[in-house]
Amino acid sequence: MKTINKVMAMMAVVGMGVGAAVAADANSIVVDGSTTVGPVAKAFAEYYMGKHQSVNITVSESGSGNGAKSLINAACDVATMSRPMKNSEKKAAQDAGVLAIEHVVALDGLAVIVHSSNPRGNLTIEQIRDIFTGKITNWRELGGRDQKIVVISRDTNSGTYESFNELVMKGQKLKGAAEYVGSGGAIRQRVLSTEAAIGYVGLAFTEGVKTLQVNGIIPTPETVIAKTYPIASPLYMYTNGRPKEGTALHDFVNLCKTPEGKRIVEDTGYVPVK
Amino acid sequence: MATGLNSSGVDARRHGSSLLLSHRARRVQRITGLLGSGFLLAVTSLSTFAVLFIFFFIARDALPFFQLQGFTQFFTSAHWYPSSATPEFGSLAIFVGSGLVTLGAALVAVPLGITAAVCLSDVLPFSTRQVVKPVIEILAAIPSVAYGFFALVVFAPLLQERGGQLLQVASWVIGAPMAILGVVVAGDLLTDRIPAGARSGARWILISVLGAVAFWGLWRLGVSLGGITISSGTNALNVSIILGIMALPTVVSVAEDAIQATGRELREGSYALGATRSETILRTILPAASSGIMAAVILGVMRAVGETMVVWMASGNAAQIPQPWYNMLQPVRTLTATIAGDMGEADQATGSSRFHVLFAMALCLLVFSFICNLVSEWGVRRTRRKVGR
Repeated sequence: MKTINKVMAMMAVVGMGVGAAVAADANSIVVDGSTTVGPVAKAFAEYYMGKHQSVNITVSESGSGNGAKSLINAACDVATMSRPMKNSEKKAAQDAGVLAIEHVVALDGLAVIVHSSNPRGNLTIEQIRDIFTGKITNWRELGGRDQKIVVISRDTNSGTYESFNELVMKGQKLKGAAEYVGSGGAIRQRVLSTEAAIGYVGLAFTEGVKTLQVNGIIPTPETVIAKTYPIASPLYMYTNGRPKEGTALHDFVNLCKTPEGKRIVEDTGYVPVK
Repeated sequence: MATGLNSSGVDARRHGSSLLLSHRARRVQRITGLLGSGFLLAVTSLSTFAVLFIFFFIARDALPFFQLQGFTQFFTSAHWYPSSATPEFGSLAIFVGSGLVTLGAALVAVPLGITAAVCLSDVLPFSTRQVVKPVIEILAAIPSVAYGFFALVVFAPLLQERGGQLLQVASWVIGAPMAILGVVVAGDLLTDRIPAGARSGARWILISVLGAVAFWGLWRLGVSLGGITISSGTNALNVSIILGIMALPTVVSVAEDAIQATGRELREGSYALGATRSETILRTILPAASSGIMAAVILGVMRAVGETMVVWMASGNAAQIPQPWYNMLQPVRTLTATIAGDMGEADQATGSSRFHVLFAMALCLLVFSFICNLVSEWGVRRTRRKVGR
């Protein structure tokens, strides 16, 4: 489904004119971007629209890169991103007359997940890196079963990929045999059905699969807030300029600071900001 | 009589003058005629221009890539790291991936498709054909994302869990009929020269010996295939089979049309010369329809090359050349999936190589399908000329 959204979002980028017309309407908010932040944005939208019948919020999930692009092209009001905007994107925004303002809406730990039958319970960051670069290719080398490791990564369009690249890979390249899929849900789906697989997802996508301890620490809201879990990153929403107080847009991006917003963030499996 | 003739002549003249249009009406008719054909011309040229414009705009964005990066890395390196700090745009692995998947799809679609086309046009009774052909064509109406979903959620786990057994069963299903046919034909041919008295006995002995050898070979093959475990179900084999099924309706309908187009006279001529039905099909009809069948194959291949959704969902998207290259059990990445998957990351604003490389790939795809189209068009024309239509 998310891949369809991606295709649709690409069409949306092509049909910028239409998008701009939508974005101009004060009572409608168009949200596009990360599939990781998507669940939060959708829950926010549902809650907000329930309270304010006149406001219409649409949420698309097409990857952080596409979200940034939509914001720059004025095809959306809010770009959800699971990584900060890159300098090149900020520059492109500036050139297009868009002032991208950053809002941190939640914190997310990147869970490293394996099939539930995998006997391995923890890995160090170095071991994870060696698996993803192809230095370790068999679970036997880590004391597991004699199975070739199936490495599954998010596509390079995703903010989760960027975060993982920065926090775990530290600039080293993924091995050629690594498989790429289009969403966090798809990684979970692949790991769920593949015994020898390893992948990384946001905390909201760990149902049914085994979450590994990294450096001996399991990703939980507490360990993410305390910054003891090593692979954690903030989730962002970007708007064009600081939204005026009292507008629906302002309420929407600041929902995460209200008690209800924090509860929604927790319900979707992420860690609320303080 | 004479007066009768005369009066009818007058009648005709009177009618003729009333049929003649006035000067004004004729002009109106001419103008509407011109407008009508002008409108039709505009509509027709619109689609032609669309093709030309697509070619132009893709080429325009593809050329900067070659200016920035040159040809060598793109076509010869298998290192595809477009988003790293020092980007590498080696697309050889992606070309190999596209080629492998297309080859696999052709291996599935071509034998099945041509057999089905022959069966539909020359073997099945008319009433059955009326039911079977629309059913095959329904395959073309299923949206590709549904195929992709099936490949990812049903077929991939199945390959992982029972991959060896599936391959074993498949080898029997494909191998056994071929072995039987081959053994019988070989037995017949080899015993042809033996004098009539001993021929029948010798044939049976030869057939049973050859049959035993063939089935022993099949059994060994099956056992070795059964021992294979597929570590990742999203691989070239998975998408090849799915793409083959997707290309099937194209191959069947175009090939069936070509076989039908050879006409009744050819078949009757062949039967009149004493040929059996199998001889007529194999020696007369298939050669006569060969160019059209080739067109069918090429159209099917183009369907497989251009398909995006299924390969993006179920091919694994790993930019690697399988080891060895024909290993269909490893994940691969195709051109179409790369374009679809990387479009969001490609930075149009800064006009980077990352953006233009996708257009370079699109241009390669476009050139490939353009050549295929020309070849198949040539094939169709040749069939028509050969059968005199």
